[in-house]
Amino acid sequence: MTNDSAVRIALVYPELLCTYGDRGNAIVLTNRLRWRNFAVELIECPANAPLPAAVDIYCIGGGEDAPQALAATGLRESATTISNARDRGAAVLAVCAGFQLICESYTDTDGTTSAGLGLVDATTTARAPRCIGEVLMRAHESLGLTGEDALVTGFENHGGRTTLGPGVIPFGTVSIGTGNDDAPEHGTRVDGALGERLIGTYLHGPVLARNPALADRLLEWIIGPLPALPSPLEARLHAERLDNARRRGFSAWRRDKRLARG
Amino acid sequence: MTSTPPERFRGRRALRSRVALTAGRAAGWASRATGRGAGAQVSGRVMLRIDPTLIRSLATDKRVLVISATNGKTTTTRLLRAILEAQGEPVASNDTGANLASGIASALARTAPSSFCVLEVDERALPRIYNALRPELLVLGNLSRDQLDRFGEVHTMANAWRAMLDTHPGQVVIANATDPSIAWAAAPANTTWVQLPPGWRDDATTCPQCGALLHFDGPSYTCVTCAWHNPDATIALDEHILTLHHPTAPEGAPRHQQIPLTLSLPGRWNLENAALAIAAATQLGIRPAHAAAAAQTVGAVSGRYTQYSLADGRPARVMLAKNPAGWSEVLEYLRDGDAAIVLTINARAADGKDPSWLWDVPYELLAGKTVAAAGERALDVAVRLRHAGVECTVFEDPLDAAHHLPGRRIEIVASYTQFHALTRRLHRSIIAPSAEEIS
Repeated sequence: MTNDSAVRIALVYPELLCTYGDRGNAIVLTNRLRWRNFAVELIECPANAPLPAAVDIYCIGGGEDAPQALAATGLRESATTISNARDRGAAVLAVCAGFQLICESYTDTDGTTSAGLGLVDATTTARAPRCIGEVLMRAHESLGLTGEDALVTGFENHGGRTTLGPGVIPFGTVSIGTGNDDAPEHGTRVDGALGERLIGTYLHGPVLARNPALADRLLEWIIGPLPALPSPLEARLHAERLDNARRRGFSAWRRDKRLARG
Repeated sequence: MTSTPPERFRGRRALRSRVALTAGRAAGWASRATGRGAGAQVSGRVMLRIDPTLIRSLATDKRVLVISATNGKTTTTRLLRAILEAQGEPVASNDTGANLASGIASALARTAPSSFCVLEVDERALPRIYNALRPELLVLGNLSRDQLDRFGEVHTMANAWRAMLDTHPGQVVIANATDPSIAWAAAPANTTWVQLPPGWRDDATTCPQCGALLHFDGPSYTCVTCAWHNPDATIALDEHILTLHHPTAPEGAPRHQQIPLTLSLPGRWNLENAALAIAAATQLGIRPAHAAAAAQTVGAVSGRYTQYSLADGRPARVMLAKNPAGWSEVLEYLRDGDAAIVLTINARAADGKDPSWLWDVPYELLAGKTVAAAGERALDVAVRLRHAGVECTVFEDPLDAAHHLPGRRIEIVASYTQFHALTRRLHRSIIAPSAEEIS
C-alpha cells in the first residue's frame, strides 16, 4: 500500500495492450472502489515512459504481436519498479499478451524467443490454430471464491500455448474452452496462473466485468474485507454467461455422444 | 483430337460462362419472386459454382471501380454511384452490401459492357479477388479492428493489401492519408492521397515499418525511430470544406479549389466517405463541384439513416455500428443531438462473437441521455454503460425498448445482425426519406 490514501490502479501501455477491451478490468476495479466511497485513481501509463512505482494494482492487457514486442521491452526496463511495488503489496492482473509478458519467455511462430518479466515460472510458444471461443472455468480454491462465484466465464483468442512450471498454481480448471494449452501434458485443461497477489489469464470479456466476485477478491488483496456492493446488473450478466456456457457445453456433449455412436 | 468450336461461337463468352450466367439470373429471379431477398448472393453463388473463373471474365469488358475499408464501404459506394449517375452514366453496383465473391459476380453480370461497375469489396476478400477484378480505380478508406475472433490483426490486413499493390505499382488508388495502415498499404501504388480529419487511431499506434511508437500531430504522424511518416496529400477535408490542390495545373489554371460539402447524410464520418467518393470521381474526370452536388442527393444507404415510423408514430432512425472506430464516430454525433437512444447488440458470428470491444468505446459521451440497451448481449451493454456513468433500461427487443423510451424521436444504433433484422422488420414503415439533415 502506498502512503497516499487513494488506491492507485495502473493501466499499463493502453496504446499497445488494449486491443481486446481489457482496459475494462481497470475501469471495473476503479468503479467498484469508487462506488464503495473509496478514494481511487486510475492512471494510464503510456509506453514511452517508465512505469510509476506508487501503484496498488497493475493491469496489463492483450494486444497484437508487434505492439506486444514493444511492450515487452518497456516492461523489462520497469522490472525493478514492479518488483519493488509487489514487495510493498501491489497486485498484478495480466490478460492474454499481458499474461505472456509476465511469464519467463515467449516464442513466436518464427522461433524467435524473447524474455518476459519472469513473475511466473511459465513459458509460452505460439502455434496454430488459434484458440478462440467462450470459456467456462472453476477458479482455484486458493482464491476463496465459493458457489457460483467460483465459476468464471470469459472469451479467449490467442495463438500462444503456455506451459506452467512445476508447482505453479493455475488460475483455474477449464470445462469449456481451451485455456493455456489444447494438449496439456497431464490431460487437465487449465487457464492462466496464480501468484502472490497475481492473476494471469487468457480470458477477455473483460474478465472482471463478467465476474464481479473475482474483481472484489482482487480488491480485497489491497484493501482487506470490502463492504458489500449490490450489483444486480453484473449478477444477471454473470448468470446469463454461465447459463450460455452450460448450454453450449451440453450441446457439445450431445454432439460428441452422437459422433461416438457413429 | 480436340475440336475447334464453330465459327459463330468463337470469340464469344465460353459456353460454361453463358450457362453460369443464365443459371445465376434464374436463381436471382426465383429469389426475388419468392420473396427471399434481392437475390444478389444466391445468383452469384450459382454462377460461381458453374464457372469459378467467372469474375475475371465478367470484369474484362467493364469499368470496374473498387472500394474497400473496414468502415464506410457501402456508403462510399453509394455516393460514387450517385455521382456517376448524375453524369448520365449507366452504373451497376453491389449496393445491397453483398461484398464477397458471390455478390460481386452478380453485380458484374448486371453491368453492360464498357459501363461502370462500382463494387464494395470486403477488406479481407480484396487480396484474393483483386487480380480477377483488375480495377480501373481502387479506393482505400480505413482499416481498424473488426471481429477479432474471426479476422485477426489490423497489421496483417495492411500488409496483405501492401503486398497486393507491390505487384501492381501502376494501380490508380485514392487513399486516406490520415490512417497509418492505409498509408502503409497504398504506398507502392499510383496513389492520390486524401487527408481526412484525424479520428480513431487506437488500432494503428505502432509504425508499420519498424514497430516503434508513432507520434501523432493532428492528421500527421511520424515514427519516433525510423522516421516513416504520413504521405503528402493533394486533397484535404477540413470540417465541411474539401480542398483540392492541382500541383501540375497548367499556366493560368487555379492551383487550389475549395468545395463546400453539404450532405443529406448525418455525421462527420459521412463527410469523409463523401470526400473519398468525390476524389475518385475527380480522378475519372468529373468536376468536383458536380460530384459534391450529386453526393448531396443521397439521403439513405441500404437501410442506414432511413427514417422509420414506430408503432406509436414517432420517428426512429437505425444506424449501423460494427466496431470501436465506427461506434466512436456515431456516439460523438449522438451526443450533440436530443434523441432517445437504443443500443442493440448481438454477438453472433457476423457481429464478432466477443463484445469485449464495448469497453474500448467511449460510451461516457452518452452521459445524461435517455438510453436503453437491447439485443442478445443487452446485459454486456448495460454493465458497460453503468461503468460509463450512463443509466439505461434493459430490453431484449430493440423495438420494445424504443416503444418504452420517452422523447419525440429515437435513434437506434445496431450491431450487424441486429441492424439487418431491424431493417427487415421496419421496412414497411419507412417515412419518406428527408433531404434535410435531422436536427
